Amino acid sequence: MKYLEEFQNPELARGLLEDIRATVTRPWAVMEVCGGQTHTIIRHGIDQLLPDGIELIHGPGCPVCVTPLEVIDKAMEIAGRPGVIFCSFGDMLRVPGTDRDLFRVRGEGGDVRVVYSPLDALRIARENPQREVVFFGIGFETTAPPNAMTVHQARKQGITNFSMLVSHVLVPPAIEAIMTSPDCRVQGFLAAGHVCSVMGTEEYPQLAERHRVPIVVTGFEPLDILEGIRRTVRQLERGEHTVENAYQRAVRPEGNPAARAMLADVFEVTDRAWRGIGVIPRSGWRLSERYREYDAEHRFDVTGITTRESGLCRSGEVLQGLIKPNQCEAFGTTCTPRNPLGATMVSSEGACAAYYLYRRLAAPSAPSALEVSSVG
Amino acid sequence: MCLAVPGRVMEIEERDGARMAVVDFGGVVKEVCLEYLPDLRVGEYAIVHVGFALQRLDEESARRTLELFAELGLLQEEFGDPWEAAAAAAAIANAEVQG
Repeated sequence: MKYLEEFQNPELARGLLEDIRATVTRPWAVMEVCGGQTHTIIRHGIDQLLPDGIELIHGPGCPVCVTPLEVIDKAMEIAGRPGVIFCSFGDMLRVPGTDRDLFRVRGEGGDVRVVYSPLDALRIARENPQREVVFFGIGFETTAPPNAMTVHQARKQGITNFSMLVSHVLVPPAIEAIMTSPDCRVQGFLAAGHVCSVMGTEEYPQLAERHRVPIVVTGFEPLDILEGIRRTVRQLERGEHTVENAYQRAVRPEGNPAARAMLADVFEVTDRAWRGIGVIPRSGWRLSERYREYDAEHRFDVTGITTRESGLCRSGEVLQGLIKPNQCEAFGTTCTPRNPLGATMVSSEGACAAYYLYRRLAAPSAPSALEVSSVG
Repeated sequence: MCLAVPGRVMEIEERDGARMAVVDFGGVVKEVCLEYLPDLRVGEYAIVHVGFALQRLDEESARRTLELFAELGLLQEEFGDPWEAAAAAAAIANAEVQG
């Protein structure tokens, strides 16, 4: 209970934990999909407060972590070209490509700029008509609507020196891939609240039904996470598998219709490689044919790139929930946030960074009597 | 970059053909696009992600989340200088390699 007093409302947290304890009769493994949720869980020690046997498996929900190495290398290639202004969110700066990161590209003379919003990149394009401005468009369904609107605005404003390197990823196909993997141990999901605030919850009932897995839409605050776990465990104990929305203050069933309409206009679904995981069918968005002229891969020749992953990094297994970060031999020794081998250590939302930041440096303790892996 | 942050709308105006707002995130003020929440009004709160308002939020929830994010250092991460952070990390990494 050492972390409990740090909760904003310790009494409420205590009540939820007691309810979870009273409900649990056997071990369960629940995956939190979003990296933001992972950080809340580790920061507040929620995984350590839960009854023995309730295991939280950290999901692949960090866009920086899952952006494929090939796309990172394409970004380096474009960013290093003369005449290009390459714009990115700040957390991509130190994501390692095969040979270098964006921080180093800038040190070597590339014009790399950090923007808060994709619209900032469009403004830079407007102010620099003689330069080619490229925006690095990564992220899940939460980040895609701003990027879609920016491409739409580029066309509307007649800005022709702007393009986007697009590598968007989608949550429901990732859940599908996790559930169909032969190594899957996940029995319930805490769905990512902000993804659902855009996309709504319509895609989830069929996933829950097909895989007989409860899915609870969950926010990011400690109490949100506890409530999400409480509802998931309650369903598991009763043998139910429905979709519940535990983040109603921000998520409506239909999501944000205006954003969804823009996404449908600007993007089309494509197969996408996830770093450390591999190709997941129909798990990403790319620019649709109608917006091909704004596709940086179309505008710049970036074919023929050879990628090479670190042989030591086990982030792919971390992203699939197969190992915990501190079970990797490189964790905290040759791999730290200052000198990362993989994206899960460099990204502020990565599971390895969370474990390092909150000092989960030791290897996990011996399995308890209710160890999940013992469940047949 | 993944987390969205609640903010309060202070001013609204049309710019470059888009509905834009000035939004206060617990003291940090940023320009935000309202095209996806066109009926948002001055004084209301919304969840904002990379410069776009994506969903309305009630005031109490917004305040509570902002306090939590400030406490966790997430506001600094979202709105601080990423070059400084990257340079500091790279410098320490280089020193470790040379040492």
